[in-house]
Amino acid sequence: MLDIKNVEKTFNPGTINEKKALNGINLHLNEGDFVTVIGGNGAGKSTMLNMVSGVYPVDCGSIVIDGIDVTKLPEYKRAKYLGRVFQDPMTGTAADMQIEENLALAARRGKTRLLRVGITAKERKEYKELLKILDLGLEERLTAKVGLLSGGQRQALTLLMATLKKPKLLLLDEHTAALDPKTAKKVLDITEEIVSKNNLTTIMITHNMADAIRVGNRLIMMNNGKIIFDVSGEEKKKLTVSDLLEKFKVSAGEELNNDRILLS
Amino acid sequence: MEILQQLLNALPGSVSQGLIWGIMAIGVYITFRILDVADLTVDGSFATGGVVAVMLILNGWNLWLAMLVAFIAGLLTGAVTGLLHTLMGIPPILAGILTQLSLYSINLKLLGKANQSVNVNQTDLLVSLRWVRDFAFHNPLITVGLVTVILIAVLYWFFGTEMGCALRATGANLNMSRAQGINTSFNKVLGIMLSNGLVAFSGAFLSQYQGFADVKQGQGAIVIGLAAVIIGEAVFGKIFKNFALRLLSVSLGSIIYYIVVQTVITLGLDANLLKLLSAVIVAIFLAIPYWKRQYKAKHMVKNKGGKANA
Repeated sequence: MLDIKNVEKTFNPGTINEKKALNGINLHLNEGDFVTVIGGNGAGKSTMLNMVSGVYPVDCGSIVIDGIDVTKLPEYKRAKYLGRVFQDPMTGTAADMQIEENLALAARRGKTRLLRVGITAKERKEYKELLKILDLGLEERLTAKVGLLSGGQRQALTLLMATLKKPKLLLLDEHTAALDPKTAKKVLDITEEIVSKNNLTTIMITHNMADAIRVGNRLIMMNNGKIIFDVSGEEKKKLTVSDLLEKFKVSAGEELNNDRILLS
Repeated sequence: MEILQQLLNALPGSVSQGLIWGIMAIGVYITFRILDVADLTVDGSFATGGVVAVMLILNGWNLWLAMLVAFIAGLLTGAVTGLLHTLMGIPPILAGILTQLSLYSINLKLLGKANQSVNVNQTDLLVSLRWVRDFAFHNPLITVGLVTVILIAVLYWFFGTEMGCALRATGANLNMSRAQGINTSFNKVLGIMLSNGLVAFSGAFLSQYQGFADVKQGQGAIVIGLAAVIIGEAVFGKIFKNFALRLLSVSLGSIIYYIVVQTVITLGLDANLLKLLSAVIVAIFLAIPYWKRQYKAKHMVKNKGGKANA
């Protein structure tokens, strides 16, 4: 479903701020894979997702989604294949627009937007049903501005928007990191439910080691712009947090330095 | 009493001017509020609209066709600014200034001189200040009022379509828009075009209304447009929530602006100080939301130190 081949990225090349963010990444995902990604600060996790979604161009290498080479496609064209949820709850939704308008925008991802009506009565009914599944009371507030919602509600809504039109790949960039523990758990539960129901191929970056082990069928660990550990199936299920920390020490030759991991 | 009489006499004229500039202000609303871009092209495109319309009318064109071409000319000026911004990476304010400056030359070339009159006695016109007291359909209050209502209806429809929603989303959140497959560069250009189309259309009305096109008629237009938007929001913001009503409030804001201007002039203010006054009023109104936020932030820190924040 996804093939990342030899992707490299250097930010601010030739300046004092030069930073090699990705150092030859290779990753192959099968259809239905749910991969969790962990790693220290500046390991290149978010950069990898941003490369797949086309936020920045790659320096070299190629990215193929379901047989389609998207390496040179601009971000908005790749969006056809991708569902994305961001770390900052403000990023994934338009605060000044209504809940139903946000959903209607997402329902038209990958379609040419012409002069047809922006949201139909039939859609409104569908959205109401879909929002009921979230169990956050949003189904009664279809015309409320998204800016009035809490961070957790906005992330849940973004998740719904990302999967409203089934994406070939769902990209979750620490989407629970900005939420309090209880809300984070709720959003993660909704994530698992949506992913398994639609059998979505998913990449989820997380700072929570326990979640990384429990959720999904595969786990990769990144350090210095490289994938240093890749485990799946039974082997992954047997992992413990201390295994992971040990593994990191052996592979990277240093302690895992992620301020969020240390705090959680 | 005498002043009141003077004001009442001037009222139809002020309202007509306000209505005409209101169309321009709706254009400003599209960039400033919906697209979240301050576009300064309008000072140039407002004159372009007037220049194009007057030249075509003098050449015997159908009046509405001349208006349409003025609108299209405005679209083109917006396209230039939009492309300077999206294709060449120039910040939108600077892109607008560049277009505005080049339009000054273009307008001069089109007009052949600094101003050109159209005499309503010799040429058929859509609106004229001579008719503001006529009890007839060609009274500018009725003509421009009707056109404003139609424009608001069309804009209301457009911003409810898929394309219009994508444009609003582009102004609301760029990251989200791109993630949902919206070509944000295209939509920025489209929004700036639409805005300047309306501005030029308004300029075409004003030239006929005042009986001449002037290459300087758009000078400071952006400030008047912003003033109308801000006054409209301040007066009607609490009661007008619907999008069509918000556009209407911009037009009403423009009318209020011209009534206020007429009043202060009647009261004896030096007309030369008018632009200074407008700029000061706009600056203060733009500052108020910022001051409010700052005041609130300070207040929160004081109040929420203890129990409320625990």
